[in-house]
Amino acid sequence: MKFSRLTFAILVLLLQAGCKREQRVLDPGSAGTQIADGTALNEVHAGGSLPAPDISQYEGSAYAVSEGKRLYSAYNCVGCHAQGGGAIGPALMDSTWLYGSQPQQIFSDIVQGRPNGMPSFGGKIPDYQVWELVAYVRSMSGQLPSDVAPSRSDQMPVAKAEQARQKEHPSDENQQPIQKAKP
Amino acid sequence: MSLLAAIPGFPSNQTSLNPAGPAAAHIEHTFALIFWITATVYFITLAVLMYFVWSRRWTLALAPIPQPTSDASDRLATRAVAAAVAVTVLLLFVMLISSFVTSHRLGKMNDQQALTINVYGHQWWWEIQYPNEAEPYRMVTTANEIHVPIGTPIRIHGTSRDVIHSFWAPNIQGKRDLLPGYNTDVLMQVDKAGRWRGQCAEYCGMQHAHMSFYIVAEPQQDFDNWMSAQMQPSVVPGNIQAMHGQQVFLSHACVLCHTIRGTTAGSHVGPDLTHLASRSTIAAGMLPNTVGNLGGWILNAQALKPGSRMPPNQISGPDLQDLLAYLETLK
Amino acid sequence: MTSTSLLETRALSEAEQKQAAQLEYIWREPTGFIGWFKAVHHTTIGMRYVVTAFCFFLIAGLLAGAMRIQLAFPESHFLSADKYNQFFTMHGSTMMFLFAVPMMFEALSVYLVPLMVGTRNIAFPRLNAYSYYLYVFGGIMFFVAFFCNTGADNGWFSYVPLAGPDFAPGKRADFWAQLITFTEISGLCVAVEVLVTVFKLRAPGMSLNRIPLFVWGQAIVAFMVIFSLPAIMLSSTMLLLDRTGGTQFFNPAVGGDVLLYQHLFWWFGHPEVYLIFLPGTAVVSTIVATFSRRHAFGYLVLVLSLVSTGFLAFGLWVHHMFATGIPQIAESYFTAASMMIAIPSGAQIFCWIATLATGRVVLKTPMWWVLGFFFVFIMGGMTGIFVASVPVDLQVHDTYFVVAHFHYVLIGGAVFPLFGALTYWFPKVTGRMLSEKLGQISFWLFFIGFNVTFFPMHLVGLRGMPRRVYTYPANMGWTLLNQIESIGYIFLFLSVLLFMGNVYRSLRRGALAGPNPWLAGTLEWATSSPPPKYNFLHLPTVNGREALWDAAPNQPVVAGLDEDCRSVLTTRTLDAEPEGKDEFPGPSIWPFLAAVATSIAFVASVFTPWGITFGTIPIAITMIGWFWPVKQAADRRREREIWSK
Repeated sequence: MKFSRLTFAILVLLLQAGCKREQRVLDPGSAGTQIADGTALNEVHAGGSLPAPDISQYEGSAYAVSEGKRLYSAYNCVGCHAQGGGAIGPALMDSTWLYGSQPQQIFSDIVQGRPNGMPSFGGKIPDYQVWELVAYVRSMSGQLPSDVAPSRSDQMPVAKAEQARQKEHPSDENQQPIQKAKP
Repeated sequence: MSLLAAIPGFPSNQTSLNPAGPAAAHIEHTFALIFWITATVYFITLAVLMYFVWSRRWTLALAPIPQPTSDASDRLATRAVAAAVAVTVLLLFVMLISSFVTSHRLGKMNDQQALTINVYGHQWWWEIQYPNEAEPYRMVTTANEIHVPIGTPIRIHGTSRDVIHSFWAPNIQGKRDLLPGYNTDVLMQVDKAGRWRGQCAEYCGMQHAHMSFYIVAEPQQDFDNWMSAQMQPSVVPGNIQAMHGQQVFLSHACVLCHTIRGTTAGSHVGPDLTHLASRSTIAAGMLPNTVGNLGGWILNAQALKPGSRMPPNQISGPDLQDLLAYLETLK
Repeated sequence: MTSTSLLETRALSEAEQKQAAQLEYIWREPTGFIGWFKAVHHTTIGMRYVVTAFCFFLIAGLLAGAMRIQLAFPESHFLSADKYNQFFTMHGSTMMFLFAVPMMFEALSVYLVPLMVGTRNIAFPRLNAYSYYLYVFGGIMFFVAFFCNTGADNGWFSYVPLAGPDFAPGKRADFWAQLITFTEISGLCVAVEVLVTVFKLRAPGMSLNRIPLFVWGQAIVAFMVIFSLPAIMLSSTMLLLDRTGGTQFFNPAVGGDVLLYQHLFWWFGHPEVYLIFLPGTAVVSTIVATFSRRHAFGYLVLVLSLVSTGFLAFGLWVHHMFATGIPQIAESYFTAASMMIAIPSGAQIFCWIATLATGRVVLKTPMWWVLGFFFVFIMGGMTGIFVASVPVDLQVHDTYFVVAHFHYVLIGGAVFPLFGALTYWFPKVTGRMLSEKLGQISFWLFFIGFNVTFFPMHLVGLRGMPRRVYTYPANMGWTLLNQIESIGYIFLFLSVLLFMGNVYRSLRRGALAGPNPWLAGTLEWATSSPPPKYNFLHLPTVNGREALWDAAPNQPVVAGLDEDCRSVLTTRTLDAEPEGKDEFPGPSIWPFLAAVATSIAFVASVFTPWGITFGTIPIAITMIGWFWPVKQAADRRREREIWSK
């Protein structure tokens, strides 16, 4: 009986791993298609708010990250950020993050725009596509596991495949929790 | 192929057995020859087989083993088998020669003053370009619908922008794969007027099933009218509603992917919409181009064609109405 | 009338009983749970191949049922696009890689070839066990992935760039590529074993011109396996490297070529269908001879047809690529070759008809299945002429017409003979007869169901329906034909269910079969049913093409093999004169452990190329265990004799 419980546990783990990576959410429904026009820097909201999306749904899905890669070209992020090395815009594949490396922060960068030329996509593209772009951007500095991050593209090889990149360590990576004040 | 014409539903506008051009007609001749020869051979062979099985049948308990065979019957059998093989070789040669003749005819089709049309396969739509050598900036770009004049040689120059697709309009021509990294040329000609339907014939991903196109064959005059209309940039919106609709178009995500010549929208990610209203279908031949379908497609394409590249859009009711009114003016 | 001591069942003398007991002891298979993993006898492993391959056949058939339900209605939502794409890819890949070749070539030859050539075990028994475990682990990996939403979804040939790194995110295509590695190594191992068995272990007197047609067929298939499988191992490995290792084999932007993949794949892919079909002809030759109560007519023609088909099959592969725009002259060559291969197939068919015409035809269930083969395979061969011609192929390629064609040739050429073979050899393998009545009903259900399902596909393909579409518009005129096809599936389903019921019932309550219920002529019928683990009490010698029918009144048997070890007679290749004795290995756990180690390395390499690097360590350990030198019994005996002097 121990044997079958163990097998069951292993099967559940396997199912978890495969399920996430191969997940293809094609129609995220009306909640996901809500036009992204809000910032999410903290959890305090006046009045009600939509539940925060589960970022792992995007960062764990190879399909979502590959969609992010497609949108990165389609929405012309390459025009300023090139293939991650940066040109007019800052590089996205290094460990320097002007506005923070956390997914929610990258989300608001895209949605709100930023000084010195980052356009605001708020009100233009659906929520779920911004999250897909966020997941792809994070993969550009090697933050995602290699079975989820995109492999080499069928274009001119100007950079290593995202899955083969060394994981960069942004300075805000291991934030220490703020200590509660002692009485 | 009058035999197959008896089947209900024949003829149709997506079948190789209703040729609308010389290429499909040549192919159909070889098809018919092979059909009659193979059908005859099949029935004769099986009739012979069943005759012998029936006339020589026995039960296990009675027949001694092994069955002694006489030299005479073996000699007869040898001659029969040799004759059958000889007939097989002969018939195969006949069909082979017919096939070579048709291939030769297809290769020698008239290409004098052929009209060149570029076809680019995308996941999951067809980008169509009519290059204009004299005035390159007056190139016509459209999607999923090809207009051709009747009786004129057409050179389809094709490649793929992503994965392997296959350009196939059975009434007109055999298929040709569109391969990334390769440019391919295929000659075709349409002799019968009509709307001939084609479909992608190489599995190309999630929505391969919904990647169709139409070839509209029309008299030269109609074709010239169509071409000159297509060369024009988009009309300036004529009423308030259409003007507001254009504003909706330009201020939403539409401009990120689509081009409407005559406006500032110039992206080449998705189909060119300059003359959207002149097309009879949307979504690569999947839906008739009506206001209702267009509205549904814009609001949530994923519900209709899940996995396609068109994202859902949140546009308010009145804005959508105005947008549709504008798009309807893009004839 | 010639009868032989081999055909009669007589009581064993006391000396023979002692010999049987001794052989029983030497050749016994280990028992118990661990013992199951140590088995090395070809009948044990052959049975496992048959059962496993049949299970994959059932699973792939259920997938097809789901596909037919989806296609029964236009714009149906029974299966989503993604699910349907996985289902048709899993159906095709399972049928081709996990059922067709493993059943027709591996299962049938592993079980039957050693018996038919009159030896005690297949050559390289431990390699045989290893190949089985690798096959089953590959299949398990593929389906575990499928149940984790990671089923392959790019078609059973998985073309690039669709299956490449840019357009196939996730691990689906990687598991497909690795399935190939598992099954092709397994196939190559069995091919080597079959060839060595056929060339070196035949019964004395079984010269090349007396080898049973079944064995000829399997030997030629073994040669084809060796020459064709490396190409797909290469292309699938290149795909895997492109996807995980950053190579550029198929990247058009830097000089890679998508057509390279197609050439490599189809160099394998065309011979693959002959790997499936030729064993079917081998079975048909056997059943036709037995149930016509005479030697097969035209033995030389039949053998030469097999050989020429084997060669010609390698010259046809571009006919799968006619639509890619290859120059006309090159394509014309392949048209000619593709039509030419109909000649040896036609010759075989005419020889079989001549056999029936000059014999006494016995219409038992195996013969019904062979008649079904004639009806169905010949139709498939006829539609093959259509697709062989370049211009016609350009209209029917990648439509339901070609789906109909290949199901007619594959099901007609392999599945019908397979059911015939299962029905024919069931008495030998289990010792019981199948029910004749149930057999006839399941044959008719299958024959009718098959034609109702697949014949309309010719029509709907000519009506313009492409293949691999998860749905279709309602106004195309395809709906009725699709619905007829889906109804036909029900008959097929019931037929297979009935067949399994027949097997289950007969295993427990079937009439006992003797050693030779069909009074057939090949050597496997010379021993008891089921055969003992030493196959034959006395290794036979052979006097003609049908060993039992042509045996002399006092046909000699082999004597002089060692009695204290697994001793086997080796004979010369051309004329099967006895040449020497060989000692075969006994049961061993190392093939299983080596297969586990290999599987771990392969599955790990799906995720990272380092899997191969580090995976070689356990493989090396298990291989060392496997090949650790052990003194042969003969050497030990000689040492004892020397030291005791």
